[in-house]
Amino acid sequence: MAFSLHGVHVPHRKNTADTAAVPMAAPKTVTIPLGMHIGTPAVPAVKVGDHVDVGTLIAEQNGGISSPVHASISGTVKAITSQLQANGQKVAAIVIESDGANTPDPAIAPPTVTNREELVDAIRRSGIVGLGGAGFPTYVKFNADPEQVDELVINGAECEPYITSDSLTMTERAEDMAYALKALETYLGIKKVIIGIENNKKNAIARMKELEKEDPHVKVVTLPAVYPQGGEKVLVYHTTGKVIPAGKLPLDVGCIVCNCTTLASIGSYLKTGMPLVEKCITVDGSAVKEPKNVIVPIGTSMEEVFAFCGGFKEEPGKVLYGGPMMGVAVPDLSAPVMKNTNAILAFDQKDAAPAKETACIRCGACYNHCPFGINPSAIERAYKAGDTASMEKWGVDTCMECGCCAFVCPASRPLVQTNKLAKAALKAARAAEKEAEK
Amino acid sequence: MGKLHISVSPHLHSGRSTQGIMRDVVFSLLPATAAGIALFGLSAVWVVLTCVFTAVLSEALFNFIIKKEQTVGDWSAVVTGLLLALNLPANIPLWQAVIGTVFAIVIVKCFFGGIGCNVVNPAITGRVFMLIAFGSMAQAAFPVDSTAAATPLVQLGEGTVPDLLELFLGKCGGSIGETSVLALLIGFIYLLVRKVISWHLPVVYIGTVFLFTFAVQGDLTVALAYILSGGLFLGAIFMATDYVTSPATPAGKLIFGLGAGIITVLIRLWGNYPEGVSFAILLMNILNPYIEAWTPRKVFGGKKA
Ligand code: SF4
Ligand code: SF4
Repeated sequence: MAFSLHGVHVPHRKNTADTAAVPMAAPKTVTIPLGMHIGTPAVPAVKVGDHVDVGTLIAEQNGGISSPVHASISGTVKAITSQLQANGQKVAAIVIESDGANTPDPAIAPPTVTNREELVDAIRRSGIVGLGGAGFPTYVKFNADPEQVDELVINGAECEPYITSDSLTMTERAEDMAYALKALETYLGIKKVIIGIENNKKNAIARMKELEKEDPHVKVVTLPAVYPQGGEKVLVYHTTGKVIPAGKLPLDVGCIVCNCTTLASIGSYLKTGMPLVEKCITVDGSAVKEPKNVIVPIGTSMEEVFAFCGGFKEEPGKVLYGGPMMGVAVPDLSAPVMKNTNAILAFDQKDAAPAKETACIRCGACYNHCPFGINPSAIERAYKAGDTASMEKWGVDTCMECGCCAFVCPASRPLVQTNKLAKAALKAARAAEKEAEK
Repeated sequence: MGKLHISVSPHLHSGRSTQGIMRDVVFSLLPATAAGIALFGLSAVWVVLTCVFTAVLSEALFNFIIKKEQTVGDWSAVVTGLLLALNLPANIPLWQAVIGTVFAIVIVKCFFGGIGCNVVNPAITGRVFMLIAFGSMAQAAFPVDSTAAATPLVQLGEGTVPDLLELFLGKCGGSIGETSVLALLIGFIYLLVRKVISWHLPVVYIGTVFLFTFAVQGDLTVALAYILSGGLFLGAIFMATDYVTSPATPAGKLIFGLGAGIITVLIRLWGNYPEGVSFAILLMNILNPYIEAWTPRKVFGGKKA
C-alpha cells in the first residue's frame, strides 16, 4: 500500500479503558425492538401473556437479510408495541416484564456444527449482527462462497472517542474469539485472519499477539490511531492494501470484515448456545457521574443504564447511541440498548450546544482531511445549486459519513448532513432519469 | 427534564474556527509589522492603523446598511487591512490608504458576498488598484537611517547587487511589511506550526522565482538578491495562500506557485514595472478555478480522475 488514507486526530477520551465490565441486574421491563439490524425487521413469535426465559426466541427472522430476536430476561410478554427508531422508522418492539428469576431457557444447548452449512445456520440462529454499530446480519457475510474469501479482517480499531467496549472484548474474551476463529477456519476454510488494532490499545494488542502465537493463521496489525481507522474500507486498505471500489463490498475484493465483539459473540454462542441477549457497552460522556463499561440485557432503557452509572452530574443536553463522531442522537432516555449498541454517551449542556455556522472560507480542510478524497464544500455548493452532476463528480456516493470533514471545518458547516441530503437528491435524480427513459 | 438536542453526527468538533485562523494570520504578521515600524518609523504606525481601522469600519458599515449579519468579529477584515498596509510605503498619503482599503473591502470582498466569496484577493487587488489609480508604489519609502535612493529591485535592474544581509534584515527601500525577510519567515513558521497554511505554495513560488532568475542571470548572488527583494516573501507567504483564491489540493498549490513564480520573473525582468508579485498573484487568482478543476483529489475506489 502506497499511502495511508487521510483522517483526523480526534481526542481519545478513553476514560473507561481497561476497567472490568460490570454486569447490570435485569431491569423490571425491557423493550426489545425487532429491527436492530440492517434488513427486514423480525416478526413476533410470541403473544402477549406468553412466558419467556432468557434466550427464548421471541421474533423470527423475516427474509434473506434479517435476524431473529431473543428474550433478554425471563418473565411475561406484556405488550407488542411499535417504537419510533432513531432513523425515523416505526418498528415493532416486544415488551417483557421480568419475573425476577432470570431463568435461562431450558432448551438452550450448544449447536451441533459439523460443516459449513451448519456453522452458517448456527450464526444465523444466534441472532448476531454487526456489533460494531452497523448491525448487518453476520451470517449473511459468512454465507459467502469459500473460494471467494482470501482473508478475514477482524476490526479491533475502535477509533471512536470514549468507546472501550471492543478493547475490553479483546482483553477479556480472547478465548471466545479464538474459539470462533477455529470454527471459521475449519468449516469455512479461512486461511488468513488479520486483526487490526489502533496502537493506543496496548493491552488488547498484547492479548491478541498471544492469540497470534497460538493460531498460525492469525496476524495482528497495529495501526496508527487516526480516525476513522475502523471504517470498513479504511481498515481493509490499511490491513491488506486492497481498495474496495465505490459501491462495492469487502467481499468483492475477497475480504470479510468482522468486528471483534461480533467474533467473540459467535464464539460464546458456539460454546453455550445462548443467543445474543446482552451487550457490553461503554457508558460515558461529560454528563455521566461514573463512566464505566456495563453488561446490559438488550432492551434495557438508557435511563436505567445511566442510573446504574450513578446518574447525571447535570441534566444532559445530548444523548447518543455510539461514539461522538458517528453516533445517533436520541430524543429521550426511553431508547433501549440494542444489539448493535456499543456505547451510550450523555453530554452536558455545554458540550451539547450547537456550534454556530458561519460562511465557508474555502480553506479546503474538509477536502484535504477526507479519507476518501471527497470534496464536501464543493458538494455543499452543488447541493444548494441543485447540480447533481457535480455532487456525483466530487464523490458524494462514496461518503461513509465518518464526520472528519465537519470535525475540522472552521466554519462549523453541517457537512455530513448536507452529504446525506445530497446522496438522497442524487438518488432521486437517478430514479427520475430511469423513469424518463422508460 | 429538558429537551435533548438532536443533530446529525459528528457531535464533536476540532475547535478550529474562522476567527481563530484569522487571528493566527494577524499574529503571524506582527513580526513584519514590528520590523516595518522599526525601519520606517512613526509614519508606518499611522498607515497600519488607518488601514486596519478603515477595513473594519467599512465592513461593519456595509453589513449594517444591507442588513446582513455582522461579520467583523471574524477578524478577516483586520487581516485584509493589515496586509494592505504592509504592502504600502510608509510615506503614502493617508487618504489614499483609506480609499484603497475601502476598495479592497467593499468592492472586492463585500460586493461579492463577503468572506469566502471573493474571486480575487482583496488586499492584492487593493494594492494593484492603488498602483494604477495613484501610482503609489512609485514613491517607495526608505528606512529612516538609509541613504539609498532606489529600491533593491530598481538597483538590480540597473545592475547593482545590494548587500544580501541587509536585504534579509530589511534595511532597504520598499513597502512597510515587505522588506524584512527575517520577520516574514518567522511569520511563515508560525503559520506552518499552527497548520493555517501548508508549505507547498510559498516554497514552490519562491523556488520558481529563484531558479528562473538564476537560469536567466546565471549568477547565484543575483538570483538570491532577487528573491530577497521586493514583495516576494510577503506575497508568497501571506497573499498567494489566501484560501478562497488559491487551490485546495497540494497539486493545485504547486501549479499555482509555479505559475505565479514564472509571471513574477517575466514582469520583473522584462515588464514595465520593477515588481511583478501583485500582478502575478492576481492573475493566478483569476486562473484559480481552472487550476482547481484540473487538480482534484482522486476519490477512493473511484474511477481515475
Ligand atoms: S465527505 Fe464523507 S467520507 Fe469524507 S470526511 Fe466527510 S463524512 Fe467522511
Ligand atoms: S472546511 Fe469548512 S470552511 Fe473549509 S472549505 Fe470545507 S466547508 Fe469550507
